[in-house]
Amino acid sequence: MHEVLQKFFSPHAFRVSLPDVWTGFQLNLKLMVIAEVLVLVLALAIAVVRGLPGRGATPLRALAIVYTDVFRGTPLILVAFLVGFGLPGLNIKGLSTLSNFTYGVIALTLVYTAYVTEVYRAGIESVHPSQRMAARSLGLSYWQAMRYVVIPQAVRRVIPPLLNDFVGLQKDTALVTVIGVAESVQQAQQFSQNNFNFTSYVVAAVFFILLTIPLARFTDHLIRIRERRERAQLT
Amino acid sequence: MSFVSLRNVTKAFGDNVVLRDVDLQVDEHNVVCLIGASGSGKSTLLRCLNLLEVVDRGEIEVDGQTITNGQVDVNALRRKIGIVFQAYNLFPHMTVIDNVTLAPTKVRRVSKADARDRAKDLLERIGLAEKADEFPDRLSGGQQQRVAIARALAMEPKLMLLDEITSALDPQLVAEVLTLVRELAETGMTMIIATHEMSFAREVANKVCFLDEGVISEEGPPEQIFSAPQQPRTREFLARVLAAGRL
Ligand SMILES: Nc1ncnc2c1ncn2[C@@H]1O[C@H](COP(=O)(O)OP(=O)(O)O)[C@@H](O)[C@H]1O
Ligand SMILES: [Mg+2]
Repeated sequence: MHEVLQKFFSPHAFRVSLPDVWTGFQLNLKLMVIAEVLVLVLALAIAVVRGLPGRGATPLRALAIVYTDVFRGTPLILVAFLVGFGLPGLNIKGLSTLSNFTYGVIALTLVYTAYVTEVYRAGIESVHPSQRMAARSLGLSYWQAMRYVVIPQAVRRVIPPLLNDFVGLQKDTALVTVIGVAESVQQAQQFSQNNFNFTSYVVAAVFFILLTIPLARFTDHLIRIRERRERAQLT
Repeated sequence: MSFVSLRNVTKAFGDNVVLRDVDLQVDEHNVVCLIGASGSGKSTLLRCLNLLEVVDRGEIEVDGQTITNGQVDVNALRRKIGIVFQAYNLFPHMTVIDNVTLAPTKVRRVSKADARDRAKDLLERIGLAEKADEFPDRLSGGQQQRVAIARALAMEPKLMLLDEITSALDPQLVAEVLTLVRELAETGMTMIIATHEMSFAREVANKVCFLDEGVISEEGPPEQIFSAPQQPRTREFLARVLAAGRL
């Protein structure tokens, strides 16, 4: 029992590994923020493309569908390998000489954009058609109706599920360790291998948990507000 | 020359022919009321006028312009036609005043300040100035419907289409909306109104059209339609409405 505590929860190892793991965790934070911003923008664009009307837009719509199907279906770790090891092997200028960090951002963005596209799409479809019709009958163009009437309502509705996906993304920043990004898990692993002690992993876990709890609580809070408002509207 | 004219307008949804060879003339500054059972095609007729629906056959002219030849600028046409729906369809994420200023600022490119001034005047006129900064879900149905009318008026339309705008309202809220429409008629607004409020139609309409299964089977001045209907179907319909206590 004492040995287990020593291997996983040694106060000494905690203190010693903390600075390196923290340095690594800052990379996780950076991966997360950059990927989240990219995901928010790209996913909205793809969701809008998927909803384009008319026969002329069929190829674009098909492309968007193929993209979301492929990247929702592929495990992130495979995408990370394909991007992190595959792209450098291709010898394409501008694509093959990027940093591992950038490959990590690309892999995370590719996968999470596919998830979040679906979230946005559900939001856009949940806005009643009569809203679009009311906007169009005021003379707003298709794009104006999307921009001022449909998308603002859709985004409001999907904030909770979107934040849930971001909790997933935060944790999955750890996966890009497999392509050699020196983020927290990698730092923890190094410490662990050098010292035959797993406490460094616990340190990394603590960081992730501390990051996730506020976001999860905030999401719950938003959902509760929404429910209260909807109940108020019913009465 | 009529302000609105329909000639042989036919519209079907699949096998369901909803409008059959409809002819209708509406003069400028006149109010035309469309009456008829639910499903008779009133909404579809109104929606064809601002190209929310595309007719299968026939011709529609609005303000001297043919709109059914596929050449017309849809958004430009809709700028001069206001439409108000049974379900108000206010934008729930915007305050009342933002609902009213959205189209003028984005479509007509009026400055934000001018649009707000004008919106405030309109809200004043409909008696809702103090609700300018509320969100629609804080308003009663009657208030929301009045805002929907103000939102349409903010585009300074030449023609207003009202589609059963009191049908979703509690009886005690109907009057405030009809009063507003009456005032609008007095200012000379050209309007086509689908309604089940027969006494209101009788009072404001210059002409009443009875739609029956997609055909205007009888039309004329309100006194004639309501007091001396020629067609048996019209009589039947009015008797039914009378029995329901709406005349
Ligand atoms: N978008 C649509 N698609 C298919 N059928 C429709 C559509 N809109 C209306 N209809 C049909 O057209 C007929 C007339 O409807 P409508 O114009 O709404 O009548 P009213 O307004 O007089 O009640 C109804 O049978 C209705 O089911
Ligand atoms: Mg109708």
